[in-house]
Amino acid sequence: MVIAAQQKFEVATISGQNIAHIKRGQAALSVRGLSVSYGEAPVLFSVDVDFPKEQMCAIIGPNGAGKSTLIKAVLGIVPKLSGDVMLHGQRIGKNNKNIAYVPQRASIDWDFPVTVKDVVEMGLYQKVGLLGRLSTKTHRSKVYECLDHVGMADFMDRQIGQLSGGQQQRVFLARSLAQDADVYLLDEPFAGVDAATEKAIVQVLQRLKQKKKTVIAVHHDLASVDQYFDHVTLLNTRLIASDQTDEAFTNENLHHAYGGALSLTQLDGYKQPS
Amino acid sequence: MIENLIEIILFQAGYNVSLVLFGATILGFVAGMAGVFIFLQKRALVCDALAHATLPGIAIAFLVMTFLGGTGRSLIGLLFGAALTAALGLYCIDLINRYTRLSEDVAIGAILSVFFGAGVVLLTYIQTLSFGGVAGLESFLFGAVAGMLLEDAYILVIGSGFCLMILLLLQRPLTLISFDRVYAHSLRLNIRFYDLSLMMLIMGITVIGLKIAGLILIVALLIIPTVAARFWSDNIGFILWASAIIGGLSGFMGAALSALLPDMPTGPIIVLICFIFFLLSFLFAPFRGVLAQFMKQRQFQEKVHRRQGLLALGHNEKIYDGLTLKILSREGYLRKDGMATPLGQSAAGKALLEEKRWQIFRQMSVHNSNVKGFDELEDIANFLTSDELNQIDIIIDKQNRVI
Repeated sequence: MVIAAQQKFEVATISGQNIAHIKRGQAALSVRGLSVSYGEAPVLFSVDVDFPKEQMCAIIGPNGAGKSTLIKAVLGIVPKLSGDVMLHGQRIGKNNKNIAYVPQRASIDWDFPVTVKDVVEMGLYQKVGLLGRLSTKTHRSKVYECLDHVGMADFMDRQIGQLSGGQQQRVFLARSLAQDADVYLLDEPFAGVDAATEKAIVQVLQRLKQKKKTVIAVHHDLASVDQYFDHVTLLNTRLIASDQTDEAFTNENLHHAYGGALSLTQLDGYKQPS
Repeated sequence: MIENLIEIILFQAGYNVSLVLFGATILGFVAGMAGVFIFLQKRALVCDALAHATLPGIAIAFLVMTFLGGTGRSLIGLLFGAALTAALGLYCIDLINRYTRLSEDVAIGAILSVFFGAGVVLLTYIQTLSFGGVAGLESFLFGAVAGMLLEDAYILVIGSGFCLMILLLLQRPLTLISFDRVYAHSLRLNIRFYDLSLMMLIMGITVIGLKIAGLILIVALLIIPTVAARFWSDNIGFILWASAIIGGLSGFMGAALSALLPDMPTGPIIVLICFIFFLLSFLFAPFRGVLAQFMKQRQFQEKVHRRQGLLALGHNEKIYDGLTLKILSREGYLRKDGMATPLGQSAAGKALLEEKRWQIFRQMSVHNSNVKGFDELEDIANFLTSDELNQIDIIIDKQNRVI
């Protein structure tokens, strides 16, 4: 088991390609040997990834590739068979407060009687705990500020079921902003979202990067990968590649990841191997 | 009779009765509040099974205590037995869920009936035994305020108060978990602990409420106040307290009336009072009640006529419909000769713009299934963020320039 790595170099080869060799302690999020299975079929197998700090990182792969599972296993939401995870150089678990999660929108009950403001306040739970006062000036202005960043400040008292899909997504992003974390994990943040919201969310994520935070997003739209993301991780149960976008986002890697699932014409627009 | 009732309500009818009244109020209060989480997690059926599973425990506890030489009347002992079999029932439901392919409601129904049936058999057996005073056990079915001893009342007050404190303490994490379990997990909340705590709380409320409301109907005290409170607000904080107050009032009035009519079991009275609160909320709550919905229909009709009328003005079409004419002239948009006033002209211009904006929005959000709450007769600016509205206006601008 790797304990608090300080100056450790890790270089490995998968099908002849080098994966990014960042010192583990310097990665925003570092995963080694992660394996997860639901029942008997493995969903993730022996995944090693280092997500670099202060970058926008995408996780891509076909359906069922284990992309959401990777995020959930990192956070401890699904149990892992093996593997260890480091957050900013420390074993994850103690400082989980430094990582914020924006889950997929699908599983919420939209009739739940909470307002937009209530949802964002949930992001402050780690700061206020069971009994802390949420009504202090600091916390109220924090909630306002997070909603303002996503353009939803006028909707504070609206019940969440009265919002459009894109607006709901913005609110959940605001909730994670309230946590003031260093690393943000987003599960398909642009799925089913209108163009205006996509633009608004990208702006927020880029502002996070400017503030020296790390953004890691499971992304579903191949066409926008090199436009939005600095670093890309291709996954299909096993790691295919993980590197800066212009290194890893190649025809060859996409073929490994998606198998026959993508036609050549779809892959044509993407970078050629250098 | 009325004087007696007033005496009871004002806590003048003796220490015993007043204490019971106080306890019933607190019980209703905490049951109302806890019921909100049950409602939100959609677990009402499990609570009913839990309540029914207490019956064999009561019977067994009675037998054990009598066997050990006591009178078998100690409330603490009986409630302890009740809690044991209730917990066992819950565990069995969990086992069935985990190791069989049966759906949860089947598991719940099975446990409910089997445990309750066993309890009835035991109760009937106890009746055949030679020691009297067995009627005391039957009071656990429907609740009986009359004949409550002082120590029973103390158990009621202290038990309910304790449950209330725990509930208030855990209110925030319980809300978080009920709303978004996965996110709560990511915040490192111990989900299992809180799930267990909620179930223990429900068990505590159920067991303490056995003497007051009875095991068959205690679930109503958990569910109905929440449902009634839901009509009044979309705000979880408000609903928690409203539900608690409705529950508390139901407990209070139910116990008071029951003290007045000692032959009537308490449970059904409490439930009927809960139902009255529900009915009042269902009919008269603003925005969400039935009456409010009726009035909204009329408002809606006026909105449609106003919008159609303004659009007609904007297109320079003549208006024939009587209600439309009435609404437009009432709001100062129309002159007596049927021509638009300056106010009417600008309102018409606005209406045309809003129509265009909504049309573009509809085209843009074809894949957006969650826009059911968007009222297209209102200003679209109320529903969109400023950047979303901007996008739409840019498109309109482009279209205008093409023309």
